[in-house]
Order: sequence, then structure tokens, then C-alpha cells
Amino acid sequence: MNRTVTIEVKQLDRVVIRFAGDSGDGMQLTGDRFTAETASFGNDLSTLPNFPAEIRAPAGTLPGVSSFQLHFADHDILTPGDAPDVLIAMNPAALKANLRDVPRGATLIVDTADFTARNLKRIGYEENPLETGELDAYHVVPLNLTGMTVESVKEFGLTRKDASRAKNMYALGLVSWLFQRPVESTIDFLQSKFAGKPDIRDANIAAFRAGYNFGETAEEFSVRYEVKPARMATGTYRNISGNLALAYGLVAGAQRAGLPLVLGAYPITPASDVLHELSKLKRFDVTTIQAEDEIAGVGAALGASFAGALGVTTSSGPGISLKSETIGLGVMLELPLVVCDIQRAGPSTGMPTKTEQADLLQVMFGRNGEAPLPVVAAQSPADCFAIAVEATRIAITYRTPVIVLSDGYLANGSEPWQIPVIENLPKIDPNFTTEPNSTNDKGEPVYLPYLRDPETLARAWAIPGTAGLDHRIGGLEKEDKTGNISYDPANHDLMIRTRQAKVDGITVPPLEVDDPDGTAKVLVLGWGSTYGPIGAGCRRVRKVGGKIAQAHLRHLNPFPPNLGEVLKSYDKVLVPEMNLGQLAMLLRAKYLVDVVSYAQVRGMPLGAAELAEVIGNLVEETAGIDDDARHLGEAAANLTHGEALHIEPNGLHHPEGAR
Amino acid sequence: MSTVDLGLPSLPGGLRGVPAATEPQNRKEYVSDQEVRWCPGCGDYAVLAAFQGFLPELGIKRENVAMVSGIGCSSRFPYYLSTYGMHSIHGRAPAIATGLAVARPDLSVWVVTGDGDALSIGGNHLIHTLRRNVNLKILLFNNRIYGLTKGQYSPTSEPGKVTKSTPMGSVDNPFNPVSLALGAEATFVARTVDSDRKHLTAVLRAAAEHRGTAFVEIYQNCPIFNDNAFDAFKNPETRDDAIIPLVHGEPIRFGTDGRLGVVRDGFASLAVREIASLPNGEADLVIHDAHTEDPAYAFALSRLTDAGVLHQAPIGIFRSVDHPAYDDMVRQQVETSKESQGIGDLQALVTGSDTWTVN
Repeated sequence: MNRTVTIEVKQLDRVVIRFAGDSGDGMQLTGDRFTAETASFGNDLSTLPNFPAEIRAPAGTLPGVSSFQLHFADHDILTPGDAPDVLIAMNPAALKANLRDVPRGATLIVDTADFTARNLKRIGYEENPLETGELDAYHVVPLNLTGMTVESVKEFGLTRKDASRAKNMYALGLVSWLFQRPVESTIDFLQSKFAGKPDIRDANIAAFRAGYNFGETAEEFSVRYEVKPARMATGTYRNISGNLALAYGLVAGAQRAGLPLVLGAYPITPASDVLHELSKLKRFDVTTIQAEDEIAGVGAALGASFAGALGVTTSSGPGISLKSETIGLGVMLELPLVVCDIQRAGPSTGMPTKTEQADLLQVMFGRNGEAPLPVVAAQSPADCFAIAVEATRIAITYRTPVIVLSDGYLANGSEPWQIPVIENLPKIDPNFTTEPNSTNDKGEPVYLPYLRDPETLARAWAIPGTAGLDHRIGGLEKEDKTGNISYDPANHDLMIRTRQAKVDGITVPPLEVDDPDGTAKVLVLGWGSTYGPIGAGCRRVRKVGGKIAQAHLRHLNPFPPNLGEVLKSYDKVLVPEMNLGQLAMLLRAKYLVDVVSYAQVRGMPLGAAELAEVIGNLVEETAGIDDDARHLGEAAANLTHGEALHIEPNGLHHPEGAR
Repeated sequence: MSTVDLGLPSLPGGLRGVPAATEPQNRKEYVSDQEVRWCPGCGDYAVLAAFQGFLPELGIKRENVAMVSGIGCSSRFPYYLSTYGMHSIHGRAPAIATGLAVARPDLSVWVVTGDGDALSIGGNHLIHTLRRNVNLKILLFNNRIYGLTKGQYSPTSEPGKVTKSTPMGSVDNPFNPVSLALGAEATFVARTVDSDRKHLTAVLRAAAEHRGTAFVEIYQNCPIFNDNAFDAFKNPETRDDAIIPLVHGEPIRFGTDGRLGVVRDGFASLAVREIASLPNGEADLVIHDAHTEDPAYAFALSRLTDAGVLHQAPIGIFRSVDHPAYDDMVRQQVETSKESQGIGDLQALVTGSDTWTVN
């Protein structure tokens, strides 16, 4: 086939693309591969996988739709994008389920193979939307992707069913052509993934190539797009997801402390990938125990810490509930323990595959008695690495359980990561006690397990096998210094206050505030995965002339030392959260500052445009501008190009009114 | 200390990897400075004394012994031994001890638990530890009552038991702890009695030397809330007919003047008969074989225990078979991984294979 139309190459500064299909269509894999191609090309990127908890919901139904959104750009970006510019819909259900997110003018690439009357009816379409004109506002590209896939793999003699399973690779090939992605890594990936099944391997590669070539030769597409590599800080980068970064960070922390890592975990969405990744890392002195339940997972981790290893447990909200009593024991024993809570939408089983940050108060207070412990939270997928190292430092230095908060959005999302030099990470000193640390009334040397470092209040830590330092610890209240059982009222009060003081005294870096010219009256303060959307929202507001300061908490207990001062230096503090205002409650309680809470709990990340509107309105409200005279929020929300740091002259391809 | 002969040269290896003591040790070295606070007459005292007396004989370094307990009267045990110890939370000791045992092959790890701790709140951890065959020793002090909470019925209390929480009698069907352990295919299962120090010591020694999980049920009297629950085993007038002694390689024969014995009875079950009534007399008795691979045999033995008020029960080692220990295999995988792939290079790992450089 020869082209009669030449292909124009359009420069774009950013694109948001969403792949959607049945849960069995391999949309997550397709998205992962497109992400890998994009990362290796050097774009900045951010991803949002979105899938049902059901592994294979009935094919062709709305609940079974799985999608993967990727935002990539030639500049630094912060979110996976509010709305797709391109939707690839592999069946009618995928079209219907995703259309409400797609702005008019966007491109819809639709596999028409399943658009039969029966399939359409099943999801509530009386007529074929491809034929009724209801999609006229979009740029629709209807293609029989399945049919073309089957045709392209004919030579391998597969059944039609098996042949059609390669349709995701056909679609990936086509989109890779459309956006000029490098394809070698996908071909290498297919070679190795299906190395043991030559037919399937060859069919997938053939379908991928056929999709690419279709773009090249067919006349459906007169334009290809190019998004140049991003200008990022010099260094070597890779793409990384939150859960993988968390696993690597835990190993790095253990290595910097010179301790073996023992993970006790029970499978739970969205935390299981951390268990999977760590189970592959045995050669790094990593032991993984898939326990019989959540309680046993944390129990094994605590037992390993008692043994002198770094005990780690990973879970999500429901599992953290079950682990509470053992975490409380860890508080009492004063042993290192890293507890990772990859939050998901609750309460109860909630929405396992959807994101939320509503476990903050649970991890802060969800234990009996006064049981304080440090809490840190990652702010982006790659930050999961650094936060895991930080949690390990605190756990070992202060002999305490530490909670690491991540969430489904960070866990499964990915972004480029400037690869750290492991050697340059600070060393962590377990500082085991190996000699008696005191003397008794008779002047004989003794070991006092609850004798503390005066600076950190960390207790002495002698591990089994250390001669002469044998001792017994437990969940009963202990006497100061000796650790013997004590019911003495004054001692209990002292120990309660000492454990609190230890956590309060943990060294935490000061909060940095991004307030470009120092004249903002409003501060937006967030924690966890809202970092990207809040940053993007602030950029939008600044672009339309609003003054706004932004700060993000990675340490939630203790808070950074300057937080009170920062809060009091702004007229208004806005706290956006994916819960009903949990951080806001903590800030009000501790600092008596009447923060403004913006709470959305939809199981999805906050949107940048949505936040821009809220921020803009608050900036004007604070400046005393009346409701009807305000325009900043709306203008910031409606920017077609809100997230970019600088507006590029040739970059605006986005449909009118796209948010 | 002299012990009884259980007929079983223990399977070697339970203490493999634990450093040997360089000098002889004595009982006093294992006594901690903490005042023992059990009720006068509690069976726990006898077990503690036997344990403190037996540990030095193992010939391992005292600092390489680790005791982990849950919650309950018996779980105070670790405080009274000058070894490393953790008094943890209710029911979770087997899980915590699993992490400890996996992380440290140089420790002899013991779990001290009770009928409520191990079989009620901690039942899940118990069965999973047993099926995994983690190299740790579980001592289940069974007094058939909740003592520390002052006298509620437990999962081993006999049906109909009147307690503070069952004024009209318990309607719960109790667990037989030995049957439960065998159902989980535990590799070492034994039962002993607090008051028989020689037997207790012999069983503890065999448990210590077993590689894998050793499960030992100890009939232990609570003089306050369930006194005389094991009277049949202690009263000189009844005990000969009550205790069915299990000695590996010997016919299972007991009773006054050896008049009773255990015979095969129907499909996969055993029964107690008067030897005089047997067609071939003593020749019809079952010869105890603790190494029988199929746990059904030991299970059948365990069913000779009364479910209600105890009048008769086997005592000794029901089962002792050699299976790979979980923690050994876990550590082996770590070693195999290092051998086949080399010691991990973390910088190479985090860098991965798909990178790009911005200049």
C-alpha cells in the first residue's frame, strides 16, 4: 500500500493518552510498555493505572473496564493529567466508561470489532454510537483492530481467540507509530516474556509490527506527533513505580544499616507488589515470609527485629487494622520495625484498587493506650524510595516502629527517577550494645535494656546471642532503665512521657515552602500523593497571576520543627486531602490554626484543574474580592496548558475548554 | 538428672547451628532475678523447675536460648529464665518466634503458651507454624481453663463445664490439642504431665533435639480455677489405669499389673482392651512406632484421650518424623540465590536496564 497523502509531523509539548479495554485485554501491560518506550525516549511522564478489583469481570461489561493513563511531556510535569487527549477504546464498554472523562475535540481510536447490536445493548446503547453522530464533537478513528490483528498473525496458525489476544500489541504498535516512540524495548520485552511460547511470542511481535506499519501505510492518519525529550536536571534516569521504589528503598535502608531485611507480609491490594519485588531480592540478604495472616506478618517482622534484623511489614488499611496490637507491642518493646501502609479506599474492604489517604488518623492513633510512633509519607512514586530509606533511619536510630504511608496512586503510578548513588546515602548505625552498660548496687556490671541515649532517647539494643546481656522484654509496662515489670504509678507516667518525648524529638528536616516572591497570602499544604495535583494546581494559579505558596509534608509525626511558624505566616492555609480532613484536624489541634480543608474522597487522585479553581477562589477570597467578582480560579482551571512551567509557542494542541 | 526412657533416640539436629557452651552450666545460671509470681501450688512451678534443670544439660550457650510467650499465666515463663526472652501479646508468640527463628539459625527458640493462648486466640498461628515445620519448640501448658482472667472455660474445657462465663455449663466441644497438631501434620507431637518431672524432662530433651516444630502438650494443674483436672493421672490409685505410656518400639501396654493394652480396632482407629480378652494376648498389641510417616496412626492414638473429664490419655511422643524445616529452607533459598546470581549489587539493581541520561 502506498500513501497518497504525506504525513505531517506536529510538535506537541505534552500528551495525555488513555488505553481502555476489558480487564482481560492487557491494558495495564500495554500502558506499561508505552510508558517504557516513552521513558526511554526521555520524556517526563506520570501514569495512572485504573482497574477493577475483579480479575476477569464478565467480558464487555462496564464493571470489567480497565484503563491506563499516561501523561508525557517535553517538560517537567506533575500529574497523569486530568483528561486524555487520546483515548484508545478496545470495546464499546471501554468507550462508554471513559467517554465522560474525554474532552470534546480529543481523538478516539476505537476497535469496532465488538460493536455488535448485542454487545451495545448489554451496556445500554440502543444504537451504535459510532453511527448516530453523537461522537461528532470528537475526532473518531474507527478501526477493526481485532480483525486486522487476526489477519496479521494468520501465519502462526493460532485459534481466532488466541490470535485476537494480540490486539493490544497491535494497538500499541499503532500508537507507538503515532507518537514516534522507540519500539526496540517492546520487541525485546516480548521476546523475553514469551520466550517459552514461540507461537505467542511471534504473534505478539507480528501484531505489534503490523500495528506500527498500519499507521505508516494506511491513510487514516495524516499527522504524526512528536513530543521532544524533557529538559530535566542532568543525571541518569529510569522509570519507576511507587511499589518498586518502596521495595528498593527498604533494601537500601537495610544495606546502609548493615542489617538483613526480613519482610513478613500477607497478600493485599495494592501492597502485594512490594512482597513480590522483595521476594526476588534474596541475594541482597532479603528474606520474605508470606504469613498466614496480617497479624503473623507483622509478628514475624517484629520477631526478626528482636533477632537483630530489620523487620518490615507491608499492607493496606484493612491489614494495618489487624496489625495494630502488634505495632503497639513494638512501641512498648522499642524495637525497629517498618510498617508500610499502601492506602486504598475504605472503610472496610472499600474499593481495593482505588486510591485514598484516609488512614492517617488510623496510623497516628489506632492503637490502645498512649502509643506514639513516627509517620512518614511519600509524595510521588519515585519518592517511595527516599521515604523508605528515611523510615529505616528513624526506626533503627530511635528503636521504634515507623509507619510509611503510600497509596494506590503512588504504588501503581510511575515517573522518571534520577537514580541515586547508593554509596552516597547516609549510613545508619544500629549501634548494638555488646557490653554491660551499667552497674548494680554491688558494683557488678549489668545490662539495662531501657537505659537511653540522652540525645535520642533511644534505648540500648542488645540482640540474642550477646553474652552477658540476656534480658526479657514484653508488653507489660516496664520499669525505667531495667525494663522489669512495673506497676508503679509514677514510673508508668514517666515511661508514657518518655516514649512520647522520644517520638517528638526525632530529627526531621524543616518544611520548605515554595513561595516564589514571598508575597503570597495563601499557603497550600498537602501530604502524600496529592503533591503532584497540588503542584500542578499552583502552577495554573500562578500562570494567571495568582500568588500562592505551596508546601508538602513528608513527615507527619513528628511534624517539621518550623511547621507552626510557617502556618502562622500565611493568612489562609488550604489543606487538600483525599479524606474528610484528617491532616486538617491534626493541624487545628496542634497549632490552633483554622486551616481550610478541601476534601474529596472519590477513590481517584485530585484533579489539577479542580484544585486550581479552589486555590484561585481562596486567593481572591483572602484578598477580599467578592464572590461574583472572582475570576482567578476559573481562569486557572480553564487553562488549556496549565501544568507546564512555561508556555511553548507551538505546544497548544489541546481542545477548547479542556480541563 | 535421670530421665525416663522414651525408647526414642531423638532425631538429631534440633540444635544444629546453636553454639555449644564452652563450660559446664548449672541450673542456677538459668534462674533469673525475678520473683516468681504464680499462685502457690501452680503446676507451672514444676515445669519451670524442670526446664531450668534441663536447659544446662543441652550444652548450648545460655545467650543463644530465646523464649517467646504470649499472654496468660504460663506466658510469664520467660521472665523467670536468664535467657533472652519476649513476653509478647495474646496468641501471637508462634508468629513472632517464626521471624526470630528464620532470622537466627544460631538460636534455640522456645514458645511458651497455654490452652487459651495457643488454641483460641492464637489458633491460626499455631496450625500454620506446625504445618510449616519451623524449627522452634512449643510448650503448651494445658490447664483446661482461663486462669489469668479468673476462671472462664477454655477451648480444652470439658463439655458441660460450669465456669463464671458458663453458669449453665459449657456447650463448646473442646479441642484435643494433640489431635489438632497432628491434623496440621506436625512433625513432633508429644504429651507430658507437670508432676512427672522425669517424663517431662525426657520429652523436653527430645523436643529440643528435633529439627522442626516440636509440639509438647503439658497437662498442668491450676489449683485455683480448675483443681484436680488431671487427678486421674496423679492419684496413685487411678494413674496406672489412666496413663497410656508411649514408648517407641514397645507394645502399648498399661494398667494395674499391665492388664490393658492398645489394639487396632476397625478402620484407622485404635482401642484399649484387656489383654486377657485378646485372642493372641500381648501379641495383638500395637507396637508404638513414633516414626510412622502417616499422621493417621498418631492421630488414632490421640483419640484414646477422653474428650470430657479425663480418665485416660496417652503420654509420651506420639509422632517424631524428619521433614525439612521451614526456616532452613528459607535460608537455603537466600544462599542459593547468592550462589547462582552472586551477592546482590544494589547500585546495579536500582539502575535497572532501561535508563536514559540527561546532559
